[in-house]
Amino acid sequence: MKPITIDSPTPRNGKTGALSRLWRTPSLLAGSIMLAVLVLLAVLIPLISPYDPTKQDLSAFLQPPSAEHWLGTDQLGRDLFTRLIYAARTDLTIMVLAEIIPFCVGVFLGMIAGYYGKWLDTVISLITDTFIAFPFYLIVIIVAFASGAGQRGIYITFILVGWIVFARVTRGLTASFRRQEWVASARTLGLPGVRIMLRHILPNVLPQAIVVLMTDMVGLLVAIVTLGYLGIGITPPTPDWGTMIFDGQPFITTAWWLSAVPGFAVVYTGIALSLVGDGLADLWRKK
Amino acid sequence: MESALQVKNLTVHYGGFTALDGVDLNIERHATLGLVGESGSGKSTLARVVAGLIAPDEGQILLESELLTKKRSREQHKKIQMIFQNPDASLNPKHSIRQILSEALLFHRIVDRKQVERRCREWLDRVHIPGNALDRYPHEFSGGQRQRIAIARALSVEPRILIADEPTSALDVSVQRSVLDLFNTLKEELQLTMLFISHDLGVIHEISDTVAVMKQGRLVEVQAKAPFFARPETAYSRELLSAVPRMPKLSTTPGGNHESRT
Repeated sequence: MKPITIDSPTPRNGKTGALSRLWRTPSLLAGSIMLAVLVLLAVLIPLISPYDPTKQDLSAFLQPPSAEHWLGTDQLGRDLFTRLIYAARTDLTIMVLAEIIPFCVGVFLGMIAGYYGKWLDTVISLITDTFIAFPFYLIVIIVAFASGAGQRGIYITFILVGWIVFARVTRGLTASFRRQEWVASARTLGLPGVRIMLRHILPNVLPQAIVVLMTDMVGLLVAIVTLGYLGIGITPPTPDWGTMIFDGQPFITTAWWLSAVPGFAVVYTGIALSLVGDGLADLWRKK
Repeated sequence: MESALQVKNLTVHYGGFTALDGVDLNIERHATLGLVGESGSGKSTLARVVAGLIAPDEGQILLESELLTKKRSREQHKKIQMIFQNPDASLNPKHSIRQILSEALLFHRIVDRKQVERRCREWLDRVHIPGNALDRYPHEFSGGQRQRIAIARALSVEPRILIADEPTSALDVSVQRSVLDLFNTLKEELQLTMLFISHDLGVIHEISDTVAVMKQGRLVEVQAKAPFFARPETAYSRELLSAVPRMPKLSTTPGGNHESRT
């Protein structure tokens, strides 16, 4: 047999290691660094700060920023920087935990709806469309009131409505992959539907789903903070950016940083997550 | 000769549209049936029904006198494999060539785990892809190479029938040539039974033993290759043949007349 030279293999171009690809995607790099700084601070705060985030010291209330208190103290004499970072711990933990179940459920249901179509798709789409018809915050506030203030309300609400965005994205992608020939080849091979979904379709929908996860986390963070601000989220004295903004509000003219700093923290985290999401999307599109 | 595949009165409706209208077809063992027809004539639908991707509304498919039902067993799936038209979409973009080939081999227990690597390399060699391709991903290959990897995967499970649905149509002419040559080599080496679909009569002429013509969901003519190209029976076949810009010369040696095609 003669060798065929017409279409020889395309050479691999450059390094393809994960690290070098990270360097070539500036938004991912910037976002990752911003997130890493925040997470590192949140983990190490007991070592960095000598203060207790909930212990009151009324002799030192409303102090401006100084060497002792980097961001000053609040109206109860608590160190603002310490509270800010402890609040990051609370809010980021809830944000991540409240996304796990909705993410898995949404991706799974979306794949089923997109792959099998027919009545399964009709039922799942009906549920997602029904939930979409209600404003998100309406559901959040109703559930938060019904289940009592605190973290439980956030978790319940998000398990109820959080999966929808993932289900919608995954459903559309799966339905389009379903028409592609690599899925048809897997089916002619005789592979069972579950295996095709998990081994073949899942790796193809996951990148997109993770990008959506990043934007969705920003929305969830804002929701957590909003509920805290409204007094139906995380209950004091647990530090949380939302309650911090609310507590600082009466002093906005004299100690504006009390509200501005936790607000800035929300924006900072949101930007970091969005950059990571954009970066990942770029990275996967290039490949 | 024994028949490898028999299709009886196959009918498929898409809503109000009849894609297949009572098709009867017979493919003999170790022979290649070339199926021609305009786009929309039902060629691909027929291929997909035989491959089990579409359930027919009526009719029967017999594989070596074994009736294939809507729900096929693993063994029955193994016996019919298919190669698709679009090389850009025929391989899972997230799977390495190793994963693509070994999944087929392991799922149908063709070889055990220890021998998978060797068998994968043998197949790549057979379709002229270098062995170092194993850890690469589909996007690193050209259309022709991807199509050859798809051929390797389909044949690796040792099917009784290989369906090729326009496998060369999306390729450049030069690459088309090499893929067709590969089909002809493999056909002889492995004594393949094939259902080969193309709208290109030149391609059909090179690969087929028998030619079947489809029009609007019906089979209008089935003939051995030589008489078909010399004296087509129906007016429609004559029309198809006259639509080819330059007729392939009617030599009986396969592969000897590609220069005349444009």
